[in-house]
Amino acid sequence: MAEIISDAVPAVKRYGPSSSAAAEKPWVKWTFISLAGLVLLWLIVLPLITVMSEALKKGWDVYLAALSDPDALSALRLTLLVAAIAVPLNSIFGVIAAWTLTKFRFRGKNLLITLLDLPFAVSPVIGGLIFVLIFGRQGWLGPWLESHDIKIIFAVPGIVLATLFVTFPFVAKELIPLMEEQGTKEEEAAVTLGARGWQIFWRVTLPNIKWGLLYGIILCNARAMGEFGAVSVVSGHIRGETNTLPLHVEILYNEYQFSASFAVASLLLLLAVITLLLKHWFTRKNAH
Amino acid sequence: MTVVSVRKQGRNQRRVLPGFGIGMGLTVLYMSLIVLVPLSALLLNQTGLTWEKFWSVATDPRVLASYRVSLTTASLAALADTILGLLLAWVLVRYDFPGKKIWDALIDLPFALPTAVAGVALTAIYSYNGWIGSLLEPLGIKAAFSPLGITLALMFIGIPFVVRTVQPVLEDAERDTEEAAATLGAGRWRTFCTIILPGLLPPLLTGFALAFARGIGEYGSVVFISGNMPMKTEIAPLLIMTKLEQFDYAGATAVALILLLISFALLLGINLLQHWSRKTAR
Repeated sequence: MAEIISDAVPAVKRYGPSSSAAAEKPWVKWTFISLAGLVLLWLIVLPLITVMSEALKKGWDVYLAALSDPDALSALRLTLLVAAIAVPLNSIFGVIAAWTLTKFRFRGKNLLITLLDLPFAVSPVIGGLIFVLIFGRQGWLGPWLESHDIKIIFAVPGIVLATLFVTFPFVAKELIPLMEEQGTKEEEAAVTLGARGWQIFWRVTLPNIKWGLLYGIILCNARAMGEFGAVSVVSGHIRGETNTLPLHVEILYNEYQFSASFAVASLLLLLAVITLLLKHWFTRKNAH
Repeated sequence: MTVVSVRKQGRNQRRVLPGFGIGMGLTVLYMSLIVLVPLSALLLNQTGLTWEKFWSVATDPRVLASYRVSLTTASLAALADTILGLLLAWVLVRYDFPGKKIWDALIDLPFALPTAVAGVALTAIYSYNGWIGSLLEPLGIKAAFSPLGITLALMFIGIPFVVRTVQPVLEDAERDTEEAAATLGAGRWRTFCTIILPGLLPPLLTGFALAFARGIGEYGSVVFISGNMPMKTEIAPLLIMTKLEQFDYAGATAVALILLLISFALLLGINLLQHWSRKTAR
């Protein structure tokens, strides 16, 4: 690093354009870029390649067999079902919360924003535990549920609840900074022109936030489909019934069916890659 | 302003836009149903958890060891992420090179990839016959099934937090001061230390705290690589899981309460940090 110091001095002596003095020498720049590339390769690309290579280690037949296994298919169906319930609910709520928190001023607003963040701060395992404490056999409502023959824990409703909890903040978190920045001028103008509530939302607010909203929804969806800790606590791991895709990865892995486990994992990797591509597209649209 | 909007709303704030009442009502109702009431189940315990029981669980050597493992691995991982994240953010903001957009997109992969997938992939990489694990094995370094493995998994999970916190601040930073420092004869390294780094301190600390907070609660990516040996590589969230599987609800609640306390303290710290960094940015 001592070399950088001595290198910069001539630039000042030259009285040249200051921008060159406030930049690194090319070799420093390319060293940093190569180091960053190595970090990226090691931390992020390597796990990506590993999933694919392990999944295809025993050939396409094993790969396709693992994906068409009835248990894998039922896990896929359950994962899609849970996301189909949790994502719309949390998206609608996210828009309402963001509207309330950004278009009005009131006391206790910061507290509400902090509370909104809670599921991000809490360990996913705790996110599952709390529902076991309420609906589990020894929980608050346990005896009542049992006498009415309603199953929540170790059943689909519990998985949906745990997923709702962990994915709760995504959409609102994405919208709040965006809507804060946009302010209320356009909506106020609409009011003075005689627009009603829904009209303002559909015609003024929604077009302004749509790309941010879509981005929040796909992030929420990725987490809803990929959640492991919280769902693991409430699911009970019943094959073909309460197994989601991430749980199916775990079961196969623990049974030393590594290729099958990575084959199912590759499906989830695909979900992540699609999410990233859509994110890239939405943020570019948002910039325009 | 219309007459309707000038209703008396407490502290004579004029609410021009409609939907405050119903929006507020729905927000609070939904948040209570999904988050607040369930979380309060931990506090208003009815699992038969007494103070004595709580204390004996909280000070149990195995429980204490799990907190030690969680805290040390999460802080080491967050520290490593802070350094590597700064490098990545710097390169992505300050330099132009081919493929930059793909690099930038890849940073978000840990956000989008289900943690269980990360867990099995990292275990495959670092176990004794894996791509990196087999290189470390002759050196006598055990990566998988050791605290090092947990740290590596948490580094993967935490890296985007640092990059995405530092990046916008670096983008907004005024280059004028740096150029002034350079014309006044300061070398690049000195400019970095005295001009750039102080401005980056708030986002770096925030990024560290975010990665740390995520690391403490993380479960999916860690269970596979940690080996789950009590006293050695058992993390706190896993211990909650183990106690639940033994139907020890009171014990699970006790471990969770302490974990929750640490998370709340971190959340508070992060909020203060973000407040501070917004102030210094102005």
